[in-house]
Amino acid sequence: MSQELRLTREDVERVARLAHLGLTDEEKEHLQRDLSLILEAFDRLREVLTEGVEPTTHLVPQESVLRPDTVRPSLPQGQVLANAPETRDGFFRVPRILEES
Amino acid sequence: MAEAQLEMLDLGDLEAVIGLEVHVELATQSKLFCGCATTFGAPPNTQVCPVCLGLPGTLPVLNARAVEYAVKAGLALGCQITERSLFARKNYFYPDLPKAYQISQHERPLCRNGAVTITTPEGLRRIGIVRVHLEEEAGKLVHSGDSIIGSEATHVDYNRAGIPLIEIVTAPDLRSPEEARLFLEELRTILRYIGVSDVRMEEGSLRCDANISLRPKGSTALGTKTEVKNMNSFRAVVRALTYEAQRQAEVIRSGEAVRPETRAWDEARQVTVAMRAKEEADDYRYFTEPDLVPLVLTQERIEGWRAELPELPAARRERFVASYGLPEYDASVLTSSRLVADFFEAVAQEVGDAKLASNWVMGEVLRWAKTEGGEVVELPVSVQGLAELLGLLRQGVINQAAAKSVLEEMVASGRGAREIVAERGLEQISDRSELEALVDRVIAENPKPVEDIRAGQTKAIGFLMGQVMRLSQGKANPQQVRELLHERLGVGG
Amino acid sequence: MEILQHAHELAERLERREISAEEVTQAYLDRMERLEPHVHAFLARTPEQALATAREVDRRRAQGEPVHPLAGIPVAVKDNLCTEGVPTTAGSRALENFRPPYSATAVARLHEAGLPLVGKTNLDEFAMGASTEASAFGPTRNPWDRERVPGGSSGGSAAAVAAGQVPWALGSDTGGSIRQPAAFCGVVGLKPSYGRVSRYGLIPFASSLDQVGILTRDVTDAAHLLEVLAGHDLADSTSVDAPVPAYRKALQAEPRGLRIGLPVQFFGDQIDPAVRQAVRQAVDRMAEAGAEVVELSLPTVEHALACYLVLAPAEASSNLGRYDGVRYGFRAQPDGRPAKDVTEMFLATRGEGLGLEVKRRILLGTYVLSAGAYQTYYLQALKVRTLIRQDFERAFEQVDVLATPTTPTTAFRLGERLERPMRMYQSDLCTVPVNLAGLPAISLPCGQDAGGLPVGLQLIGRYLDEAGLLRAAYAFEQVAGCRAAVPPLAHLGTGAGEVTIHG
Repeated sequence: MSQELRLTREDVERVARLAHLGLTDEEKEHLQRDLSLILEAFDRLREVLTEGVEPTTHLVPQESVLRPDTVRPSLPQGQVLANAPETRDGFFRVPRILEES
Repeated sequence: MAEAQLEMLDLGDLEAVIGLEVHVELATQSKLFCGCATTFGAPPNTQVCPVCLGLPGTLPVLNARAVEYAVKAGLALGCQITERSLFARKNYFYPDLPKAYQISQHERPLCRNGAVTITTPEGLRRIGIVRVHLEEEAGKLVHSGDSIIGSEATHVDYNRAGIPLIEIVTAPDLRSPEEARLFLEELRTILRYIGVSDVRMEEGSLRCDANISLRPKGSTALGTKTEVKNMNSFRAVVRALTYEAQRQAEVIRSGEAVRPETRAWDEARQVTVAMRAKEEADDYRYFTEPDLVPLVLTQERIEGWRAELPELPAARRERFVASYGLPEYDASVLTSSRLVADFFEAVAQEVGDAKLASNWVMGEVLRWAKTEGGEVVELPVSVQGLAELLGLLRQGVINQAAAKSVLEEMVASGRGAREIVAERGLEQISDRSELEALVDRVIAENPKPVEDIRAGQTKAIGFLMGQVMRLSQGKANPQQVRELLHERLGVGG
Repeated sequence: MEILQHAHELAERLERREISAEEVTQAYLDRMERLEPHVHAFLARTPEQALATAREVDRRRAQGEPVHPLAGIPVAVKDNLCTEGVPTTAGSRALENFRPPYSATAVARLHEAGLPLVGKTNLDEFAMGASTEASAFGPTRNPWDRERVPGGSSGGSAAAVAAGQVPWALGSDTGGSIRQPAAFCGVVGLKPSYGRVSRYGLIPFASSLDQVGILTRDVTDAAHLLEVLAGHDLADSTSVDAPVPAYRKALQAEPRGLRIGLPVQFFGDQIDPAVRQAVRQAVDRMAEAGAEVVELSLPTVEHALACYLVLAPAEASSNLGRYDGVRYGFRAQPDGRPAKDVTEMFLATRGEGLGLEVKRRILLGTYVLSAGAYQTYYLQALKVRTLIRQDFERAFEQVDVLATPTTPTTAFRLGERLERPMRMYQSDLCTVPVNLAGLPAISLPCGQDAGGLPVGLQLIGRYLDEAGLLRAAYAFEQVAGCRAAVPPLAHLGTGAGEVTIHG
């Protein structure tokens, strides 16, 4: 496949960082090729004339679905934590936070 | 660089341009999208349900009261209310964010284009409000050691996750850290007035980030800004912005460029520290929240809420000056809390003397008032109680000194003024013959001061006054005593 | 009891007390166990729970307490619907061992009606796929040909119904995930209108497209089960607050008066000739019986697949951010040690916990929403979506239903399209436009190709008009012979196609 790909390796890495996805080198290679092909398939979509067309963000007819400000029972703490990989003293526990810079 | 020097911010030919993003928790009973309670201080992860824990498959349902409060805040800040607003997802990763997106508003926020007027030493300043939008709070991170950064592990409590917030974004209209503080104080007063938030900074219910840049005075262009986060008190806002303005000034004077970055205020070291560069990490990939339908508000509904708003602090301040003849300062102290202002007005009306009511409320009453986080939450006496006391004072039944001591006992015992005065026999002696006897006795017993006064050294009258008061156990009517002494000693006046 | 009975027939026998709910449930549990090694339709089986529900139904019936007409008829649920206390994985390692503390509204409604839950069915990871090969727990086989895929992503539910492991099952449909496997497995697959059935508790793939639906062996059963599931739910702001008609009463075999539209875009070269022919034949039979048939055009539909491939991954990239190893599910230990910081933990957990197809869609979705690409792709796709909806609206001014093939081809071989994502996506060509427009649609069995594999015919209805859609489907079933056949595998281990149930 000598044709130039739509996405560079750096594009894939940048997007993977945004999505917090750890990828192996092999996955990066696959995905660079796959996503480039998919983006090519979008070329005709981009050409559809949509001037003045409103975007569809919702399909249902209703608006302003609201609930009253009423307190309802929470889960017992044990159930909140039941599925957690790691907990301590009623908290979820995660490794330390290092700020990216 | 040295730590921030308060009161000494001098940027020379540069000026600061500051805009704030203020997050305020709304005082609803339940969370924004689920029925969990919002009570502060519960044990960790006990006010959590599948929705606010972000369990897969759960969906948000919008709290009607949160909408009402956000709109009322917008109205009080002079905003236009968007009739059809949308919610959006702000996508980013952080352990306190259960869904890895925050439900917020992006393209169609609830409120836009408002303003708040603040009173600065240079006069009134109008601070634009770009937008007010509704969004959900994240959970709370608890860490061992004194800072998140570098601690071994982090603990997460989602009790706070999903509490409704409004984000208030100002225009870059603030010109100094001090103006930022004045703005925040005014904002806090307004929000408390309309009852949409407790605004307790120490509980984290008001948080503030700031964008700050410098530019040559007189320029209208904007310089490169940094964003300062993690300022947890009004004082911290002033110090952090002062520090940051000075830091930027040094960078600019050394011929370098300010880097666009996010910086954190380090309270312990009193410095701002670079956290991360802007750009990539700020690509939040907003899109319209498909799980919530558009929020449509009729004009009727909006106007109904507007009608429910109380008189706002700025208007009330002006009215107090105009209709009660109070000095600006007094009006501003009295209106800083709706509770106090209401109390003052009721007492003033009852007693029929605004100046007297104002002096007593500002002095004695506030001295005994119960405050929480700088806000008066409970007054020590009832309107009727204080009015009764001030009535006795005005009628001359008791004097000023006795009134203060009576109030103290009223606060301690909860009993009425009249009762205390009667029991302690504090009624003022205003009977002329009784007073004449006291005055004559003091004149007789103090020949030297009397001689001095007659020789023209009238200052000694004060001493004689004190002797009369002592003799009467503080009950003599001071005004009448003074008149009698003048009369007897032939002093003019 | 004859195997592969229709649920509504079982309901009548239960009502007449010819059999007990426990007997019916046990018979299906036995079939499920026996066929499972050949099909692998299930990720979790819940026999004790099912029997407990069945016994409770029997007790209530015996004591004359009111029971739902369908009470006691077993059901399987796709494993992306949350079931309280029962593992719910969505076919992903990221949710291995996850036990939700709550049930999806659809599941709760089944439970309230007294339908014993026999198990959770296999699916492509997070419902992203058209073959069920993307399940982290191994593929499901097509009961018609074990070397072929059952379709996806509701492949487990479709295969289980086709093989007679259960009389019916729930699925979910984002771009064809009920209808396409229904077509591949030769059963009925109903995707209701967006908003008709609550999505609360459905683990989302793409929130504006996802819909809970039904796989059955005939149209009557689909109508029965829809009545149980449909209706407003306060927990889902996008569920429609509209009356739910008695769908069973809408079923009429009369083809006269029915106006059927054939959109030309669905009968082009991309559709296998055998599929086209089978669908045309069924439509011709309807025309002969008095239905009115018109050809029409939905011009924007040719962009539907691309539009879908922008929108669905975009929403998915956001919906799947939460699998970060903090609150539930899988957490990676890179190199066997706890991660040194939270970012490393996020990257490793998501990198190891999610499969390649899911990553492909997350990356695609993240890309189309990212700065610079949003306008070009995402916003443009939202606008094209509007045009597609308008195409359908215009079509429904002329006709009552649209008839199309459900899939371009019959079931393909396992592994055939795994390395070719675009080929895999093509499988949803005829179904995605319906999700973009939020319309109800149903796939009916429509004969077989030369290789004996089932062909699916899709009927598309007006928004919220499931009654009209089911009426048309019933007519196709009764008049045009669109009925489910029985795959040979279903007879495996039984005598002359019978299981014995006494009573």
